[in-house]
Amino acid sequence: MSHFAAQLINLFAAVILMLAFAMISQRRILSLIHLYTMQGAALVAATAVVGYVTHQPHLYVSAGLTFLLKVVLIPLLLHRMIERLDVRWDVEALINVPTTMLIGIVLVIFAFNLALPISRLSASIAGGTLGIALACVLLSFLMMIIRSKAVPQVIGFLSMENGLFFAATSATYGMPMVVELGIALDVLVGILILGVFMFQIRERFDSLDIRHLEKLKES
Amino acid sequence: MIPLLFVLGVPLLGSLVLAFTGHRGFARDINVGFSLATFLAACALTVVVISKGPLLALNEEFFIDPLNVFLVALTAFVGLTTSIFSRPYMRVEQDHGKMTPARLRLYHSMYQLFSFTMLAALTTNNMGILWVAMEAATLTTVLLVSVYRTAASLEAAWKYFILCGVGIALALFGTVLLYMAAEKILGAEGGALLWTHLASVKTRLDPNIITLSFAFLFIGYGTKVGLVPLHNWLPDAHAEGPTPVSAVLSGLLLNVAMYALLRCKVLTDGALNNALASQLLMGFGLVSVVVAAFFLSRQKDVKRMFAYSSIEHMGLIAFAFGLGGPIANFAGLLHMTVHSLTKSAIFFTVGHATQKAGTQVMSEIRGLIKVSPTVGWGMILGSLAILGMPPFGVFASEFLILTTAMREQPWATPFLLLALGVAFASVFSRVLPMVFGETSVRPLPHAPALLPVFVHLGLGLMLGLYVPPYLVGWYWQAARMLGG
Amino acid sequence: MSILGVISQLLEIVIALSLAPLLIGWVNQWRAWLQNRSAPGLLQPYRVLHKLFNKESVVAERASPLFRGAPYIVFSCMLLASAIIPTLSTDLPLSPAADAIALVGLFALARVFISLAAMDVGTAFGSMGARREMLIGFLAEPALLMVLFSASLIPKSTSLTTIVETLAHRDLAIYPSLAFAGVAFTMISLAENARIPIDNPTTHLELTMIHEALILEYSGRHLALLEWAASLKLFAYSCLGISLFFPWGVAEAHAPLALMLALPTLLFKLAIGGVLLALLETASAKMRIFRVPEYLGTAFMLAVIGVLVHILLGV
Repeated sequence: MSHFAAQLINLFAAVILMLAFAMISQRRILSLIHLYTMQGAALVAATAVVGYVTHQPHLYVSAGLTFLLKVVLIPLLLHRMIERLDVRWDVEALINVPTTMLIGIVLVIFAFNLALPISRLSASIAGGTLGIALACVLLSFLMMIIRSKAVPQVIGFLSMENGLFFAATSATYGMPMVVELGIALDVLVGILILGVFMFQIRERFDSLDIRHLEKLKES
Repeated sequence: MIPLLFVLGVPLLGSLVLAFTGHRGFARDINVGFSLATFLAACALTVVVISKGPLLALNEEFFIDPLNVFLVALTAFVGLTTSIFSRPYMRVEQDHGKMTPARLRLYHSMYQLFSFTMLAALTTNNMGILWVAMEAATLTTVLLVSVYRTAASLEAAWKYFILCGVGIALALFGTVLLYMAAEKILGAEGGALLWTHLASVKTRLDPNIITLSFAFLFIGYGTKVGLVPLHNWLPDAHAEGPTPVSAVLSGLLLNVAMYALLRCKVLTDGALNNALASQLLMGFGLVSVVVAAFFLSRQKDVKRMFAYSSIEHMGLIAFAFGLGGPIANFAGLLHMTVHSLTKSAIFFTVGHATQKAGTQVMSEIRGLIKVSPTVGWGMILGSLAILGMPPFGVFASEFLILTTAMREQPWATPFLLLALGVAFASVFSRVLPMVFGETSVRPLPHAPALLPVFVHLGLGLMLGLYVPPYLVGWYWQAARMLGG
Repeated sequence: MSILGVISQLLEIVIALSLAPLLIGWVNQWRAWLQNRSAPGLLQPYRVLHKLFNKESVVAERASPLFRGAPYIVFSCMLLASAIIPTLSTDLPLSPAADAIALVGLFALARVFISLAAMDVGTAFGSMGARREMLIGFLAEPALLMVLFSASLIPKSTSLTTIVETLAHRDLAIYPSLAFAGVAFTMISLAENARIPIDNPTTHLELTMIHEALILEYSGRHLALLEWAASLKLFAYSCLGISLFFPWGVAEAHAPLALMLALPTLLFKLAIGGVLLALLETASAKMRIFRVPEYLGTAFMLAVIGVLVHILLGV
């Protein structure tokens, strides 16, 4: 059973990584939000499986919290935001998709290399997936850099937080509850602030193109 | 225990109260009142620590020791003086129409909340809560920086959020790895993230994990300290936010981030027994000093210029802690204190100066000493203080750092001296025309609050000549603990 | 070389030849149903082949022997490919002839000849089709190789029969590397077989054609052979996917009873595969040509990640 559970966790990890990759190549913002929701769902499933196999009930609470936050609340906020902002497309990224994919591959190799010695030391059943979690974090970081519109940058930020949460689950069966609550609160408040910002940016520049925000240069 | 509860509870309560009443006329005084109460609580806490020594409170979740006690007092003090400065400053801003009632409410309540998050970050024993508090501090300052809602301030706040958000996220990864290493030895309850527990077992933490963990923590918290090359948010955030916010950013938040780095450094040095942490701090500190000095010489906006000066000084502090050893650590801690006092004093005068002149561009500000002698003198003295002129405190700490560097890492000294020289020349050559020179601007209707400026400069001067014995005691104890 | 082996080999070839058009018909049937049209009938492809074989083949005056010979070469390549993919049994005498990598080479050989033939007559559409076909092939081949690599990492061999045997014998397990490879393989087979979202097989607009443009000049028995070869290619890809990712039910050596059971199992799997293909085609829209490199780049990256995940996780 435990062997099967380990494979299930590995599969969810692979799905999370696949979704992180899909987010890089995706152009439509609505699809980005759906991919993010799916990533959150995979995360919840992985946490629940780890909690089931290792008999740690606090992971169920953590999974429930993640579900509420990342599968229900934040996608809802994002949907409302893009409806009011009326954005659907992000037509161009700063570098084209095949080059982005290549850079993504290099980042994945780098992350796997970095995490390989550490994941062997992890006591968790999902220890091998630390490299995947780090790769997701780096891929989301890449996504934030190459996008020129505000909403994909925000989604990249959220996806990075997903990767970090998965890292916590895979390395250490999750952080202490109080810390997780604090992190969840921070993320929620962060999204709200970003939402407010996007409205302000939209009002000020009539567009959510980040390249308008490049006027403050070294003078 | 009780003072600690007050230190944390008062700003939190203040933030709630000001969220509703922040736009009224008396809101500014309420702000000062809450800051004063926080400061008194911090003094009481300091007295407790002086008499009883390091203190663990509330189920070991909070820890006050020589490293953070003076930072707590400093934070509360600068918070108080900045709120005093903010009174007339915000009044003028309101008159000029830049601050609507809603924005005033946001500003005041976020100011108190920011104090709360910084004090929480300083006093917590839990590395996870430290992260949460740093992130919360970032969020509150993002709101504060963007409060004017101009295009430039939105850009500054967005860049700040994204850069620091990414940095903080990497610091979270570092914290997770730290927890992973701690869990092996301390077990999986919440106690594994408590710094005191970690410090007692630091030699047994796994070196591989701690190396990776420190790398991420360094990148994460280093972004918040403003180390090059992750410093891009700093000049924009300082220039576009209201001046009180620039003062607390430079004076307090950078210190808290450095404090977080130091806590991690102690654990890393114990676990690794090599010089990785020191070398990282020294290297990036040195690069920050040099790069900041050169960027500084090209600035045209007065607040951006002093922001780069902050980067330079934080680089110098990082370099000092990287050098290690009792004298360099002592100098670093002293520098943190005097830099905080002096830089906020400068920002106070700059705030009044820019309000008078109506612009932040240095070539358009002239003749401050004619318009308001106190502002002019404050500016000159403050600039001299921050540039390391004796007998101000900055000179003492810079002198100690440079002499230690000459003894232990002589190759770095020419770079440091060159950078400090370039900074001196640039700043001074720009400040002189601002203070002297012809102008036709009329004085401001409201009297500037310059008491904070001179109090800060006075303290800086005093610390340059004489450091009180208990402060010396704390510095030495902290310096020993930092090791290296 | 046992008798059973020879029988299973011949059976495979016969099954491939006879079932390939049926697979095309099945997919078309489902597409019509999903799109609320009336279908042309399950056996329509057979009727088309019959009609074409009975028609006269018209060849341009200046056409070279390459033009006349290409259909036969392409057809034989596809037939050989179908013969070595273990669909019914892993006891195939022809299997040492080519492993997974040589299989890719076979497909490449077919592609080269058909592209040359399309350019041979000198029409504009032929060259255009040849260019596009080579673009897709250029990008899809490394991706396909990567998929085959990741599939070969677990059994540690690139011989298709060995892969199938090893994977079929393992316990029901979820291999993340194979999950990535599977997604990549689906994307690649859509591209190679000229299906939506890469190419519309039923288009009549020459400027949007890729595969169809290559065979515009052919008629009669040549066209029949090329259509049959195309359906054999789809059959081969489907069987390749089934044997790499769902290998259960394939007979081993010396197991005549299993051989009997393997045929209905294969039919069942192919049927499901056909329905899924029709679903994918109906749910997607055709991509613009310049997006095809991105699509295939994504497939390549997914396959590479499959390999990396295998190295990281050990599964």
